Amino acid sequence: MIHTIAFYLFAAILIASAVLVIMSRNPVHSVLWLILAFFNAAGLMVLVGAEFIAMLLVIVYVGAVAVLFLFVVMMLDIDFAELRGGFMKNFPLGIALAVALLAELVLGLGAYRAGKLELGQADGTAATLAGRSNIESIGGLLYGEYLFLFEAAGLVLLVAMIGAIVLTHRQRTDTRGQNISKQIARRPEEATINVKPEIGKGVQL
Amino acid sequence: MNDFSQSLQLIAAEELLTVVGLILLLAAAWMGDKGSRVISIVAVAALTACAFIAAPTLCQGAMGPDRVAFSGQYTADAFSAFAKILIYAAGGAALIVAPAFFGRAGSNGQSAMRAEYPVLVLFAVLGMNMMVSATDFLTLYIGLELNSLAAYVLAAFLRSDERSAEAGLKYFVLGALASGIILFGMSLTYGFTGSTNFTAVALALDGAMSTGALFGLIFVLAGLAFKISAVPFHMWTPDVYEGAPTPVTMFFATAPKVAALALTMRVALDAYGSQAAAWQQIVIFVSLASIIVGALGAIGQSNIKRLLAYSSINNVGFLLIGLAAVTQEGASAMLVYLAIYVAMSVAGFVVVLMLRDADDNPVEAIADIAGLSRTRPALAWALAAVMFSLAGIPPLFGFWGKFVVFQAAVNADLLALAAIGIAASVIGAFYYLKVVKIAFFDEPANVVSANGETGADAIGHKVLLLLSCIFISPLGYLLTPWLGDLADKAAAALFFAG
Repeated sequence: MIHTIAFYLFAAILIASAVLVIMSRNPVHSVLWLILAFFNAAGLMVLVGAEFIAMLLVIVYVGAVAVLFLFVVMMLDIDFAELRGGFMKNFPLGIALAVALLAELVLGLGAYRAGKLELGQADGTAATLAGRSNIESIGGLLYGEYLFLFEAAGLVLLVAMIGAIVLTHRQRTDTRGQNISKQIARRPEEATINVKPEIGKGVQL
Repeated sequence: MNDFSQSLQLIAAEELLTVVGLILLLAAAWMGDKGSRVISIVAVAALTACAFIAAPTLCQGAMGPDRVAFSGQYTADAFSAFAKILIYAAGGAALIVAPAFFGRAGSNGQSAMRAEYPVLVLFAVLGMNMMVSATDFLTLYIGLELNSLAAYVLAAFLRSDERSAEAGLKYFVLGALASGIILFGMSLTYGFTGSTNFTAVALALDGAMSTGALFGLIFVLAGLAFKISAVPFHMWTPDVYEGAPTPVTMFFATAPKVAALALTMRVALDAYGSQAAAWQQIVIFVSLASIIVGALGAIGQSNIKRLLAYSSINNVGFLLIGLAAVTQEGASAMLVYLAIYVAMSVAGFVVVLMLRDADDNPVEAIADIAGLSRTRPALAWALAAVMFSLAGIPPLFGFWGKFVVFQAAVNADLLALAAIGIAASVIGAFYYLKVVKIAFFDEPANVVSANGETGADAIGHKVLLLLSCIFISPLGYLLTPWLGDLADKAAAALFFAG
């Protein structure tokens, strides 16, 4: 019972927020609705027992991709009103694309109904072990059997990071950065001097 | 199969490289570019230590399930040890020649040598270690990417130099494309065999081969052909070799070539070993095309680094003749040729590094070395030795490499391949001899400074040049029984698994 209620709740909010992603006028709001949609999709994944994918959705899509979107949308000054101005001009193209997509959907569903799509039988090797959640199974593989490759993949990322720094970092000599320790170590007697300039002459600092 | 602690013992060299690389990275962060010399010395010491770890494996001819780590993902057998020792030697040479080159390449009197260079070379060597030891497609791919990522950065290391940046970008874009092709082939192979392990793939592919699996094989081989710069995937090589800083070019021409060729051998003979008939004709075509394009392309070159790039394409063609034989003898011949090729390339690039004009700028144009024999006789003789050896003219050692490869091809009844290869090597001899003619018989151009370099860096250059020249000189023939014995052991280990 609670399962069904949860499903309809997540599904309804997911569809509603997905609609609002494309309907809202403000692109920042669109991205926020998208984040809500991802959260609800994660909830649906938990309901079907794929909690690892649910975690990935939250961590990767919400945590990284959506936040990145948000930054891009907020930092780039895109005039969406102007983009929408070309709507009528591109309308025929949009219709053509929609028709093509619809045709593909119908064709795909038809082929599926005809029963000619034998992509393979589940042979049970991909099933989770009894008494272990799929997070435990993935963790067991990743940190057990594939530990060597997991660590090596970490090194690949490290090398990518070193490379990015080597190729972009440069010591700038033309700027005057603030050196706080030097400022704190400065004493009044070093910083101030008493001079008595003669009339008509400057002060040599 | 081994348990976890035994697996960790088998990858001792990789662990050492990783730990030293990470410590040196921290040292580089704290000491800055001033510490690059100390870091280079420690890195060379680490590579030497790794060579001592690999040497017993090779001398014992280790093979079999005792040497398999991490449930079949990694194999530390004699074959991988042979390739690893060559890789360590090439990596060490690239570290030794770097400080002098980058020291002069900087602007405003500042050295362009950075402390990250040795660290990146170490990680590239680590990636190549994984490549030559890979007995699983996943290990293959991660090792390949680790090596490639470090290599892209090294190619663009002279950031202020336009050609270096161009080389880095070209290498990156085309390398990423090749990696994608390999991944696609790997996923097809996985889909049609149900495993990424080489032994399991070979078992699953035994018998009739489906079209999908054949596509997988072709895509994997095409991607690997890019990595070894074999025709028709060679286009990036001259541009990258010309643009990259010369020590890096020397590194590219030696270590990654050894690693990628050893990897190709393992993939072809091990994973796809049960389908040798399917890839043999591909390898024959690629080998002949590389020999011919490499020889013809080099004729018009005016830059010596581009010439050496075409020469490396040409040499890869000769090496692949050994693979086309699909025999243990052919694999052994390839390893002998690889060892000689590394020595020839190191000698050739050290000569290029020692060519400096009066303002200490590198000399790369072939026309500028005219009359080198009168201004710098020792250097000119070394250059002549390298060129004659690359051309495969006896009594230099380069001849022996070609001889064993052709012998393997003839014994495998590939008479036509051997005959065309020998004919094409005559075309290749033309441009090698042209360089010798310019250096010895043309009027001196007086571009190359007559004064040799001095100091610690010059000693490094001279020692490297002397060692590699002794190896490729007729004295190298004294090594043939020993080298042949080691290569036989390594090839036996490769065929044991297959």
